[in-house]
Amino acid sequence: MHFEYQVYEADFVNAGAASSAIKKTLKQLNINPSIIKRVVVALYEAEVNAIAHAYGGTIYADIEPDKITVKIVDTGPGIPDIDWAMQEGNSTASPEVRDMGFGAGMGLPNIKKNVDKLNVSSTVGVGTTVEMEVNFI
Amino acid sequence: MTIKQISELLEAKVLCGADRLDEENDIVFASDLMSDVLTLGDYNPVILTGLCNMQTIRTCEMGNLDVIVLVRKKKATEEMIEEAEEEGMVLMECDYSMFKACGILYAAGLKAIY
Repeated sequence: MHFEYQVYEADFVNAGAASSAIKKTLKQLNINPSIIKRVVVALYEAEVNAIAHAYGGTIYADIEPDKITVKIVDTGPGIPDIDWAMQEGNSTASPEVRDMGFGAGMGLPNIKKNVDKLNVSSTVGVGTTVEMEVNFI
Repeated sequence: MTIKQISELLEAKVLCGADRLDEENDIVFASDLMSDVLTLGDYNPVILTGLCNMQTIRTCEMGNLDVIVLVRKKKATEEMIEEAEEEGMVLMECDYSMFKACGILYAAGLKAIY
């Protein structure tokens, strides 16, 4: 099963819509609730990141019998130092993002904790791609 | 402790989910930071937060957290109540500060996750 969702810059009103849709699909597929939670937490953090830090992007999700693969491709400023961004507490979030209850530098670390595979690639001035995989078994 | 008892201890106003007040929950997590709320694994504690916007409800939805108390006199919007209702959550408003609300629940025997 393949799904695609668009996210838009600073569209906090709809932040979580894609994650919520994936959650409902995984529930219908009777995936283990703990695994669903890991997928959804990681995806939601990534979705908020694309809305908060980039100019928008696309979420591609592929559900296979044994795993889900999600790729979030944004156009935006990119991440100059991915290792720095992966450390808890490091953030470049705006006051608006902080008002939403995010922006404490926990997004990427939270994603890492919840997925089985993670790859973050970024080009400054172009955008960032986050690829993640969670096994169902 | 039942959710009803929690609401009474906090003198909280139940905005939705009144049909679930007999359910029990003995764990509490308090935070205004939604990324922290997303680190709780399989726990389903009562959430105390002073963050009052749609992200509060959405984050709890993502984390399967379905009992939320808004502290510090924060008032939920109609949109928040509708979304919480749709997700089958219990949503409450409490006029106490975070410190007081946590203190009352801790003194009443509710537990922390860590």
